[in-house]
Amino acid sequence: MSARVCPDCARRAWLLERLAGHLEPVRERIAELLELDDRALVAAVGGEHRSAIEDELERQEVSELEDRAERAGVEIVCRCDSAYPVALRDLPSPPSVLHVTGSLERLTALLEEPSVAIVGSRRPSSYGLETTRRIAGELARAGLTVVSGMALGTDAAAHTGVLDALGATVAVLPGGADVAYPARHRRLLARIRERGVAVSELGPGVMPRRWMFPARNRIIAALADLTVLVQGRERSGALLTAEWAARLGRGTGAVPGQVAGPLSAAPHRLLREGATLIASAQDVLDAVYGVGAVLVPRRRTARLEPSLTALLEAIADGEEGQAAFARAGLVGESGMAALARLELDGLVRRGPGGRYLAR
Amino acid sequence: MLAQVTTFAIDGVDPRQVWLEVDIRAGLPAFTIVGLGDTAVRESRDRIRSAVLNSRFRFPDRRITANLAPASLRKAGPGFDAGLALGLLAASDQLPAASLEGCAVFGELSLGGELRDSPGALAVAEGARRAGCTRLIVPRQRAREAALVEGLEIIAVSTLREAASVLAGAPAPPLPRAEVEPAPAESAPDLADVRGHEVPLLALQIAAAGGHNLLMEGAPGTGKTMLARRLPSILPPLSREEAIEVTRIHSVAGLHARGLIQTRPFRAPHHSISAAGLAGGASPPRPGEATLANHGVLFLDELSEFGRPALEALRQPLEDGEVSIVRGQRSLSFPTRFMLVAATNPCPCGFAGVEDRCTCGEADLRRHRRRLSGPLLDRLDLLVDVRRPADAELRGPSHVSSAQVGERVAVARERQRARLQGTGAGCNGDMDARAARHTAALDGEAEAELARAYTEGLLSARGRLRVVRVARTIADLAGSERIGRPDLLLALSLRQRLAQEGVGVG
Repeated sequence: MSARVCPDCARRAWLLERLAGHLEPVRERIAELLELDDRALVAAVGGEHRSAIEDELERQEVSELEDRAERAGVEIVCRCDSAYPVALRDLPSPPSVLHVTGSLERLTALLEEPSVAIVGSRRPSSYGLETTRRIAGELARAGLTVVSGMALGTDAAAHTGVLDALGATVAVLPGGADVAYPARHRRLLARIRERGVAVSELGPGVMPRRWMFPARNRIIAALADLTVLVQGRERSGALLTAEWAARLGRGTGAVPGQVAGPLSAAPHRLLREGATLIASAQDVLDAVYGVGAVLVPRRRTARLEPSLTALLEAIADGEEGQAAFARAGLVGESGMAALARLELDGLVRRGPGGRYLAR
Repeated sequence: MLAQVTTFAIDGVDPRQVWLEVDIRAGLPAFTIVGLGDTAVRESRDRIRSAVLNSRFRFPDRRITANLAPASLRKAGPGFDAGLALGLLAASDQLPAASLEGCAVFGELSLGGELRDSPGALAVAEGARRAGCTRLIVPRQRAREAALVEGLEIIAVSTLREAASVLAGAPAPPLPRAEVEPAPAESAPDLADVRGHEVPLLALQIAAAGGHNLLMEGAPGTGKTMLARRLPSILPPLSREEAIEVTRIHSVAGLHARGLIQTRPFRAPHHSISAAGLAGGASPPRPGEATLANHGVLFLDELSEFGRPALEALRQPLEDGEVSIVRGQRSLSFPTRFMLVAATNPCPCGFAGVEDRCTCGEADLRRHRRRLSGPLLDRLDLLVDVRRPADAELRGPSHVSSAQVGERVAVARERQRARLQGTGAGCNGDMDARAARHTAALDGEAEAELARAYTEGLLSARGRLRVVRVARTIADLAGSERIGRPDLLLALSLRQRLAQEGVGVG
């Protein structure tokens, strides 16, 4: 387990946790505050404990931080180290110490590939969930790294899409890198860590506070070459991520929604402001590599019988039931059996309402 | 003077013999009834008094005591009126006491002396035969029903006077003629009315053939209820014993009075029903919808809207084929051998998977799924998605008629009966894991596909058993002894999906 942290960065990491409560009432200005140096930050939010905090700050030891991380099974790296993700240095306030579960080595490897952040509403519609899952899975198969925040809804769907495609993904957590937030995603965090990584600016065991979410969003935006927003309401937190991406000179993309849907407000606003329209994984690949440079890998269908291939194509075109069967020359019984075969082969899966969807 | 009359109380859906004793002694005029009767029994004093007087009999101005024995059995309802009145007539020498020997009496009285329609006559008739009675006096309206019991002389009367004159030796009035069994009406639901819905029809057929409980999922207005209503039309006809049991239950519940019920019941309770309403209960215990659906179909529309206690209450009826209800010291059991058909929307708004119409969030879907999950889903072998048929299908011809499918179902059932002898299961839907292992007979390819589905995580251990049961039925419908690969694949496509599937996040 590596621990590469310099004393300055260690002190800063400690300070952030010490001031966690103080930052809460001023979270509207969290971005500017994080840009301040240690002294100025204490002066700005320390209040009456200012001098006590400054004294304590002087006494912080690197070893303490390292011991704590080691006990929690978290790897740490500071912004002065060569293993620190380069992309984060573009931030005006790069996290002083990055906490990693999974492994730091893996994080480095994952970030060598082009990476895409997928963010969006915590309460997406089934359309949003499906689109997120599908695009995330296809990107993983094309070898890209998908970054998200493991929040409810879109974030989780992005991670799940990758995991179901047997890919690895990066989760940027608001609290400690070992804290599943929301707690419901404990299983998901474990799955993410099997092959991918979870990272955080904050030390192990830290429970998320509200200012940590916008702070976390800046890390997501910085880690990704392109930030794709799927669904979001007018004042969605995901818009903050997209704004960060634009500010850092990264690409932004948005998946269009229904014209009048409330969940379309955020993506449509981004599109109006010049974000790339994302309708499929191919659109992402075009945005990242240039148009047509890399294609979404097609699933192997070579060994399938002609009727199964025809059925699969019909499903990919969005047909279902008898219409799909008819195209493949099948009827009820044989059609259903054929669907079961495609499902067993992992070529289709059941979506909302039991609908068959091509993988 | 003392007179004794035999009658029967309905205990759950079973008859229990009750002896009515009427004693008339010198004393201040009074009429008391003892023997643990409810309010209706206590009020029968007044009905009897008026009925006796209005039938131009004498009401003795003496001390009358009536006893309903056994005193420990709680007795409810007005069905004892006629028996008490005849007992009173015998005790006051207006009727030869010997004429009541071997004769059971059942019926409610009106003030004018008429015998009123009283539910449960068939159960009473069965009890009378079992108790060794030779004659049974019942209200005319219930005569056909009581006459279903063989070896018992049914005396159908419409007034107290008539009953007394038959007992005094007059010839019994002829039984009312059997109503012509209404030929299966043109309007009876038939599969021939169905357009499109190829896969749901297939699922109905499999459900009927194997006795599998079925869950239909689909947006509002796609035809789930319409399909469910047609399930009884393809089930094998009721045997005579089954028909009598169904008739008895419906009669006790006050639903039926005309002869034998020949069609399988179809019960579709509203989702606001209580646990007692569904499984039976209340005091005194009455049969619930699960019992009324005995030998037929219980259809629960909008499954997720049913209250959790109500669905929990269905557990025992589904597992055991009967439900026992314990009240105080006593336990009653009601038969509940029904096929369960449930229908549900795929999501709270109902439009999941229909283009972009679904507006449900992940949390809504999760809640919906959670409401559906539980022990009940375990008993639903089949899940079929019901979609809106395309326009062309609606204008096209129908696929099959109920008669055609019914024939195939009957053949498949016969195969099962022969195979499952000695396993305790009557059809494939009843097979436990052991019976399935011994009788399922998967061929090599099917075995391999099943193992693959299991290791890929498409099936839970219980889901695996359900798929095997359904595959067995599909093979039976095809007339093959072994389950082949197509049979198994079809069963897999109709399997119940795991709870997390269909929701965004696993």
